[in-house]
Amino acid sequence: MEALIALIIATLTGSGVYLALRARTFPVVLGLTLLSYAVNLFLFVMGRLTVGEPPVIDAAAAGYADPLPQALVLTAIVIGFAMTAFVIVLALKARSELGSDHVDGREEA
Amino acid sequence: MNLLLVVLLPFAGAALVAWAAHGHRHAAAWAAGGVTLASLAALAPSLGGAFAGAVTVWRLPWMPSVGLDLAFRLDGLAMLFALLILGIGVLIVIYARYYLSERDSMGRFYACMMLFMGSMLGVVLSENVIQLLIFWELTSLSSFLLISYWQHRADARNGARMALTVTGAGGLALLGGLLLLGEMAGSYELSVILAQGEAIRAHPLYVPMLALVLLGAFTKSAQFPFHIWLPNAMAAPTPVSAYLHSATMVKAGVFLLARLFPALSGTPEWSWLVGGAGLATLLVGAYFALFKHDLKGLLAYSTISHLGLITLLFGIGTPLAAVAGVFHIINHATFKASLFMAAGIIDHESGTRDMRKLNGLWQYMPYTATLAMVAAASMAGVPLFNGFLSKEMFFAEAVHRTAGLPGGWLLPAAVTLAGVFSVAYSLRFIHDVFFNGEPIDLPKTPHEPPRWMKVPVEVLVALCLLVGMLPALTVAPLLHVASAAVLGAEPPEYSLAIWHGFNAPLMMSLLALAGGVLVYAARRPLFAWYARMAGLIDAHAIYHRIVETLFALAAGVTRALDNGSLQRMLFVFVLFALAVGVHGFQSAQGPLSGARALLPVDGISVLATLGLIAATLMTVVLHRQRFVALIVIGVVGLVVSLIFVKFSAPDLALTQLSVEIVTIVLLLLALFFLPQRTPAESSAPRRWRDGALALAAGGGAGLLAWAVLTRPYDSIAGYFLANSVPGGGGSNVVNVILVDFRGFDTLGEITVLALAGIGIFALLEKLRLDAPVCDAQGRAWDWDMHPAIMASLTRLLLPLALLVSVFIFLRGHNLPGGGFIAGLVTAVALIMQYLANGVAWTHTRLPGNMHPMIGFGLLIATLTGVASFAFGHPFLTSAFTHVHGPLVGEFELASAMAFDLGVYLVVVGATLLILIHLGLLHDASHRPGAAGGEAR
Repeated sequence: MEALIALIIATLTGSGVYLALRARTFPVVLGLTLLSYAVNLFLFVMGRLTVGEPPVIDAAAAGYADPLPQALVLTAIVIGFAMTAFVIVLALKARSELGSDHVDGREEA
Repeated sequence: MNLLLVVLLPFAGAALVAWAAHGHRHAAAWAAGGVTLASLAALAPSLGGAFAGAVTVWRLPWMPSVGLDLAFRLDGLAMLFALLILGIGVLIVIYARYYLSERDSMGRFYACMMLFMGSMLGVVLSENVIQLLIFWELTSLSSFLLISYWQHRADARNGARMALTVTGAGGLALLGGLLLLGEMAGSYELSVILAQGEAIRAHPLYVPMLALVLLGAFTKSAQFPFHIWLPNAMAAPTPVSAYLHSATMVKAGVFLLARLFPALSGTPEWSWLVGGAGLATLLVGAYFALFKHDLKGLLAYSTISHLGLITLLFGIGTPLAAVAGVFHIINHATFKASLFMAAGIIDHESGTRDMRKLNGLWQYMPYTATLAMVAAASMAGVPLFNGFLSKEMFFAEAVHRTAGLPGGWLLPAAVTLAGVFSVAYSLRFIHDVFFNGEPIDLPKTPHEPPRWMKVPVEVLVALCLLVGMLPALTVAPLLHVASAAVLGAEPPEYSLAIWHGFNAPLMMSLLALAGGVLVYAARRPLFAWYARMAGLIDAHAIYHRIVETLFALAAGVTRALDNGSLQRMLFVFVLFALAVGVHGFQSAQGPLSGARALLPVDGISVLATLGLIAATLMTVVLHRQRFVALIVIGVVGLVVSLIFVKFSAPDLALTQLSVEIVTIVLLLLALFFLPQRTPAESSAPRRWRDGALALAAGGGAGLLAWAVLTRPYDSIAGYFLANSVPGGGGSNVVNVILVDFRGFDTLGEITVLALAGIGIFALLEKLRLDAPVCDAQGRAWDWDMHPAIMASLTRLLLPLALLVSVFIFLRGHNLPGGGFIAGLVTAVALIMQYLANGVAWTHTRLPGNMHPMIGFGLLIATLTGVASFAFGHPFLTSAFTHVHGPLVGEFELASAMAFDLGVYLVVVGATLLILIHLGLLHDASHRPGAAGGEAR
């Protein structure tokens, strides 16, 4: 199971990096979205993988997953949304001001 | 407590003064004088103790664990400087009131001066050296404002910039030095540092620390070769020069030498560095002062020279030399302030400061001339004036320190030579200006200044005379306690008598007087010789070359790293991160895989993984078709939330799911204004290059994740799990961490969220974007359809959705849910209304202004935190209780719930703010008759 997660993180990171290196704003935003999935997953699994043991205190529970990375990732997801929103609006603003959706604000031949 | 007031009053006064100037320009002067006197009055109660030799320390603990407190200290040295700063400050306030013309803004002048005064007081009264450094930097900044007071003049701007560059660079060095010093002494408190002298001097890092501290002191005190900023600072109004270059700014450097004297002095390094810099500065300053034709230029170089003298005295390092240094600080402050003011009067009343034009002013302003003569005689070290006393002590120490050493005559000879020049330029100041024939082409006919413009000069000149003739009755007690504070011990026996018999110092004084007269008599051939020599070494050209080289270097580095291309910058960034990661892997010991038992793989997980990977790769392959790529990336997000479900993170799964929806809606809205397709513009090699980097980055991240996942670990989770119910009153540990254990982090995070929302609002304001009329296939771009069934359904669903969010919110403390998730659910429910019914319809029914909601949310969260203070607990301590109520039975009331409500409001507000305004933009873009616009 750990190998699958590592593979997922690898795919998300690689794809995110590739898209972030593109020349137009929209693919870059998609790339950043993929990268934040990758980073959130990576942070989350730092608490190792646990199945069926949510960190909700219960007398009958056999054990608990590590709640700390979960708390960190929860806010990271919300902040990630705010960041995505900011970047995409910045892209819109750039397009309005510069007349292009190229990341460097220029139209390439 | 009153020490805090002494420092804070001028800062508060700066605002008061600026405000007072709106009423009447002279009100600013009255206010500034009042503030200075108030600060002096605040100091008064502590003076008695300080005169008795007591050290008062007042402290407000801030972070005592790392040695950071707001701490002020009053001892003899601090008192001497505080009295100089405030006393001369009052005189400057009076003087400037008459000096500034109708065109100059009084409010700005006095406000900057109050800022500067407060910063100086902070420097001399600080107990904590980090705090001292902060005030030190404030003096650099506020003196920048004062020097550049006449902003319309290029020389003022350049002079101010140069002063800031040199003293700012010194401040940076000083920061390093003080940090080292603090580490060596084990404390940033002066009381501790001053008692640790031996340990500090024996420390292996003593020399670098000393060099850094001295760089700070030397740049501030204009020691050679950093003296070049001081003459350029003469572009400031004369009251500023009189203040900065007599009692304050430049004295901060020698203050630091005196302050740290017990801790740092007594080593050969100290003697050579401090003594060497002092001697060089003494000679260079005295030499150049003679040849300046500008009255203030002469005074500027003479100031440099006298600062060199004081530095040299501390460098000599004997207790008597330190006493002489303190004494000369007092004397220099009095005679130099009065000389600057006299120069200002001459400039003010005759219109020029050029000594080649100013001649024979005696007949126009005999009274001012008399005052200037007394001060100049003091500067020259003529007997019966105060400068003579400290200069005698200086000569005596120069002889005493080198007696018996090989080449021991060199230092006495050098200081006598400096004395010769000092007499010569003082003589020039008097003779050239007040005698020496008739004035030449003066812009104005000179006359005596207004009565009150002379008063400050009179006060200072009287002091020069009183101290010079009756030292024991005037300055002795102050000198005694200040010297004791510098030495950290009882000062040695010294005599302030004027007559010590025929001894070496007296001979040197006489030699200097006679030599000075001779040099002055031979001034014409000397000036001609200097004019030929000038330009051989141009310190300013060197300074400008250094600054320009630095700028060019900075520009080169910036250009090399950032050519304006985001693609390139990101490439370099990822490459660097990769290189660091590879290095980490290479230097790691042990196998890649760890010993942790792995979880078994099941079929569904494999399928989900394959689906996620397929969707991710499809996003990449199809990224040119933006709409398709967006749909596919939604699948990725959904599978990620499934991963959270699988691995025991229900809160994360809920959050991810709702954020996913909001993100896709957001990106769809944005796509409305962006081109449908991405043009293929990267060349094949570039795609291969990016692909290779992406592969490496992905592989690295995967390997790292594998290496960590297969290793056993130890976590602090146990604490949270054990204390969640007893300490936080909630069984959902993730939520308890968010609103209780790490509540402060969450407060920061919702603040970021609020800022992002407001930032987006600001970006979208006045933004106009045109959406295309039709798509690539020729279909209308915007149908604006609101299908009746969907619209009715979402309206029906709204109360249900809101109910769900309330439920999720309420149970959040004990079961998966909470403010973040409930906020997102509410936001999704409301956004559904916009999507199904259109912005216009929804806008009439829902308030569109989300700012109050965000504000309330932050306010509630912060107030919940502050409320803990009322109960004597630290910020954001939570409390909870169980309540029995009708119908609902037993339920829990926790203060954390109020905090979570704040989180909820901010999340709802920020999310809606972003989406609504993007939607409004959408609405505005096609209203004027674009396709489908009428269909609504």
